Amino acid sequence: MSIDEKTVRKVAKLARLALPEDRVKPMADELNGIMAWIEQLNEVDVEGVEPMTSAVEGLSLPMREDIVTAGDDPQKVLKNAPKSEDGFFVVPKVVE
Amino acid sequence: MTDLTTLTLAAALDGMEKKQFSSLEITNAFIDAIDKANPHLNAYVVTTPELARERAKASDARRAQGKAGALEGAPLGIKDLFCTEGVRTTACSGVLGEFTPTYESTVSGNLFRDGAVMLGKLNMDEFAMGSSNETSHFGPVVSPWRRGNEDTKLTPGGSSGGSASAVSADLCLGATATDTGGSIRQPAAFTGTVGIKPTYGRCSRWGIVAFASSLDQAGPIAKTVEDSAILLQSMAGHDPKDSTSLTNALPDFRAATKRSIKGMRIGVPEEYRVDGMPPEIEALWQQGIEWVKAAGATIVPISLKHTKYALPAYYIVAPAEASSNLARYDGMRYGARVAGKDLNSTYENTRASGFGKEVQRRILIGTYVLSAGYYDAYYLRAQKVRQRIAQDFRDAFEKVDAILTPATPSAAFGLGEKSGDPVAMYLNDIFTVTANLAGLPALALPAATDANGLPLGLQVIGKALDEESVFAVSAELERAANFRAKAAKWWL
Repeated sequence: MSIDEKTVRKVAKLARLALPEDRVKPMADELNGIMAWIEQLNEVDVEGVEPMTSAVEGLSLPMREDIVTAGDDPQKVLKNAPKSEDGFFVVPKVVE
Repeated sequence: MTDLTTLTLAAALDGMEKKQFSSLEITNAFIDAIDKANPHLNAYVVTTPELARERAKASDARRAQGKAGALEGAPLGIKDLFCTEGVRTTACSGVLGEFTPTYESTVSGNLFRDGAVMLGKLNMDEFAMGSSNETSHFGPVVSPWRRGNEDTKLTPGGSSGGSASAVSADLCLGATATDTGGSIRQPAAFTGTVGIKPTYGRCSRWGIVAFASSLDQAGPIAKTVEDSAILLQSMAGHDPKDSTSLTNALPDFRAATKRSIKGMRIGVPEEYRVDGMPPEIEALWQQGIEWVKAAGATIVPISLKHTKYALPAYYIVAPAEASSNLARYDGMRYGARVAGKDLNSTYENTRASGFGKEVQRRILIGTYVLSAGYYDAYYLRAQKVRQRIAQDFRDAFEKVDAILTPATPSAAFGLGEKSGDPVAMYLNDIFTVTANLAGLPALALPAATDANGLPLGLQVIGKALDEESVFAVSAELERAANFRAKAAKWWL
């Protein structure tokens, strides 16, 4: 499966990465180089193998009490905001 | 008086306990050493001398009151991937701008709970994606090591290159690091230091900037096997704030370094004999085999037959998880926002200008392999191959107690020598990445130097939760190797 320029543009869009037009072709080449190397995974017989989704076996996700453990400190939450006002984040218009 | 910066952590703790010097004295010695070396090595991206002196004084006061913790007064470096309260943390990415956490990561918090003093934040590959520290937003770290008399700048490895360079150059007693595919062990091997990645889940990931969550694990880089055991003891432990944090009790890691390995069965995997491996690495491995035999262990040939598929599987799993984890950097709540004509273009500009080249490449791979129509062919298949790799280890550990391999396929290379070819760079992690995929503990330690005088490392891999065997075998190898080489301080 070769990655064409159209796919690179689509994937960049999905990933919300602005990709200048002159970077599209080189990026396609780079990705194809890496994906060609990855193709060797097709040699592995994975018939009947359960996909590994956790590094540690037999762990079930622990549940905790549904209680507030942190919060109620808007100053802290906003401390690193690029833009804030009156205790809120200021962001570009989301709904037209 | 001896140069305090050259002490091991164990010796420094002992010296402070015996009142030979104070935490403030050794902290000041490190601050001076960093001032002189850092313009040349670029190991620290933030130094916090005032904070360090303040904490050292507080530490000396605690010790005077008989309230010394396990790391009381020990000056350490913290990798920039760990959130540190009130101290800039950027994962060495431009996208985080001047992000200053209002909270402390569990692991760094554990170290400070035990009395450690922070000297500053250590350089690393951006978001821990790299094997040479060249992807850092703040420029590459330079290794204190040089090839013979050449002045070519060498990589300390990556992604924990700042940690490795700083420990190796005596700019801290030890450092935190993280390992997703080899980022503790490869830099340790390149710089003649010791690094251990514990079993997945031993160290809490809370407050560590996420790269690939099913693989990321914190651990120390230190000067000796014993020092790495002391540091891991403080760093590890259950944390309810990380749902994958293990609840198992922590064994006494330091005690394990004194254990005999007589009667242990050590596996040697034939698949790690890769094409093009330098004869020096092969000879080092053979030497390691002889050392453990001499200590009374038995060598057992084993097969880990899916080894060659580990890196390609990793380069599906890790970018997939990274593309998801890094979706949060949108310039809305924190970081450097780059405005566009609307919301979407603000996202796109922020991310394109904030993320470096390698990070963007991995986000695109991850997004591609997770996108509709490709998920089964790539991500699901990689997860199945990962299971095969883990199964190889489970089978091997029926017959052996630990596995001995080289840590890296070569000694450290020059900055810029491999940065043009992503796949050549990825191959650095060929011996280390399997332990991440299988979640196993693994330690790299220096065992010899090559013809140019550069360090070469061995790796010991253990069963899940059996760091003790890893420490026992590693300590035995350390005694046998008696590695004494040290980089010359050419910056003085």
